[in-house]
Amino acid sequence: MNFWLVLAVNSITFGGLLFLLSAGFSLIFGLMRIPNLTHGSLFMLGAYIGVTFVLGIHGFQLNFWLAAVLATLSVAALGALAERFLLRRMPGDQLAQVLVTLGLSFMAADLCLMIWGGDPISVPTPPELDGFARFGVLVFPAYRLAIIVIAIVFAIGLWLLLDRTRLGAMIRAGVDDPDMARVVGIRVSQLFTIVFALGAGLAAFAGIIGGPILSVYPGLDQDMLPLALVVVILGGTGSLLGSFVGSIIIGFIYNFGQALLPELAYFVLFLPMLLVLLLRPQGLFGRHVP
Amino acid sequence: MTIRFFTLIAAFAALVTVPYWMPGIYYVNVSSQILFYAIFALGLNVLVGYAGLVSLGHAGLFGVTAYATGYMLQLGFGHPAAILIALVISLIAMAIFAALSLRSTGIGFIMITLALGEILWGLAYRWISLTGGDNGLSLKTRPEPFGYSLSDVNTFYYATLVVFLLSLAAMAVFVRSPLGAALMGTRDQPRRMNALGYHVWAIRFYACLFSGLLTAVSAILFVYYTQFISPQTLALTSSAEVLLMVISGGPGTLLGPIVGATLVVAVKTVVSGFIERWNFLLGAIFVAIVILMPEGLVPGTVRLWRLAWRKRAPGTTPVPGGAEAKP
Repeated sequence: MNFWLVLAVNSITFGGLLFLLSAGFSLIFGLMRIPNLTHGSLFMLGAYIGVTFVLGIHGFQLNFWLAAVLATLSVAALGALAERFLLRRMPGDQLAQVLVTLGLSFMAADLCLMIWGGDPISVPTPPELDGFARFGVLVFPAYRLAIIVIAIVFAIGLWLLLDRTRLGAMIRAGVDDPDMARVVGIRVSQLFTIVFALGAGLAAFAGIIGGPILSVYPGLDQDMLPLALVVVILGGTGSLLGSFVGSIIIGFIYNFGQALLPELAYFVLFLPMLLVLLLRPQGLFGRHVP
Repeated sequence: MTIRFFTLIAAFAALVTVPYWMPGIYYVNVSSQILFYAIFALGLNVLVGYAGLVSLGHAGLFGVTAYATGYMLQLGFGHPAAILIALVISLIAMAIFAALSLRSTGIGFIMITLALGEILWGLAYRWISLTGGDNGLSLKTRPEPFGYSLSDVNTFYYATLVVFLLSLAAMAVFVRSPLGAALMGTRDQPRRMNALGYHVWAIRFYACLFSGLLTAVSAILFVYYTQFISPQTLALTSSAEVLLMVISGGPGTLLGPIVGATLVVAVKTVVSGFIERWNFLLGAIFVAIVILMPEGLVPGTVRLWRLAWRKRAPGTTPVPGGAEAKP
């Protein structure tokens, strides 16, 4: 009984991380119509930069949460720069943009290997959350519950941002009909930079707060990118609700798959994707087929 | 036309005599590599260049064939049987791959093929009881068709050359065939083709199968060349390498992928002698080519050449990126 419950909590935790990762991916896809293949690299970069601050460089050591914020901001800035100076050079040419993100992801992976080496780095859990939370006879690691809370807070925050603010209205307009949005005076290309930076920051944040669970290692980007892809294919592009539901589903399937069919854990992910592609190609909550 | 003809004759003569003028066995082996990677690039070019469908999962299919060959040999089948079974398995895999990814075109196609390729990589990596995981599978022997042992470097080169020329001929026939013409029609004007009564989906599906066949053929040569297969072969970087061959050479041209394969294998061979960071360079070349020469090196050089010769002649420059998929 307890085994299944712990597995379920782990699944939701992983789903929360996936949500932070894929929400940005989905928004970038919705607005710019490209799958951002650097998304796994941004996740890994966030984790590496964060853990460097946490472990300290030259005696300069930071609190976990401060390090997470710093990693998020620096990766968001990197994302904005990449969008502004590379992707912007080929407006409308989606194939070229995808290939540029692919090239950048290889360069990022190799740079990380050069800087941080090939050994996995484990990220220490923030000390205030190192213990366990008890609910009667049930015991859960406090940090995993904290991730769930963080993911929910971010989901609500993103929803408010998209649904209740002027910026959110402009982004939604851009997702639905970029040409018409331009006509009514929204500077869509400026939105590209903002959304790209936002997505990059979210991915980096997921990377560092996922660090204590997943640790950081070369190849982390290649592990996370397909998961983000599957979530977005499943949930539908450009839909926040889609990424949320998709992430939780994939979180469950991935964790239960790893516990029950360790050799085929990757393959069972394929099944929901297969069903969605066959029955509902636009995804569970997507509005148009990519 | 005659210049073109003599160039082709000279290239053919150079290819046939490679073992005689190459400075050593090592370079003959590199030539074999170039040839089978060229077949792979030809196969991907069917989709990228002629169908306007960019696949980022072809290394997964390549791996399926390679693992199937290795696994059949481990089960005790002879070489001809193993190759035949591997080809059948690859075509089935390609059919499934195509049926799923052809739900969509353009960016959606890229995304689905990428996801499928990554899933195949994950399978190779994690399904240890079948694939040996990170340790990979080893092949003990190479086949001996008609009594010629392929363990000999030169014989292997000639076998690869024969398969390469056959693949190139098949490709040339395909491009000039009605199916090839229809495929290019679906690339440029899918809705008009549909209105004209062509079954766009079926044409694309056949193109996928042809692409898968060439991929499988090159994978069999690859697995006999290295006599080893590991999940690394299926990684996204491998898919990207082949895509780079196609794009750098010029998608939608017959000889472009061969130039691209030569270039990529040569650069990779030379560079890996000096530095370990091939992936960084691969990424950098990708970004540079996409930004500076979007139509590929061969058409790009032709364009610059023509530009230099007839500066004022209007209408001689091809439209950059004309071969790409229109959404």
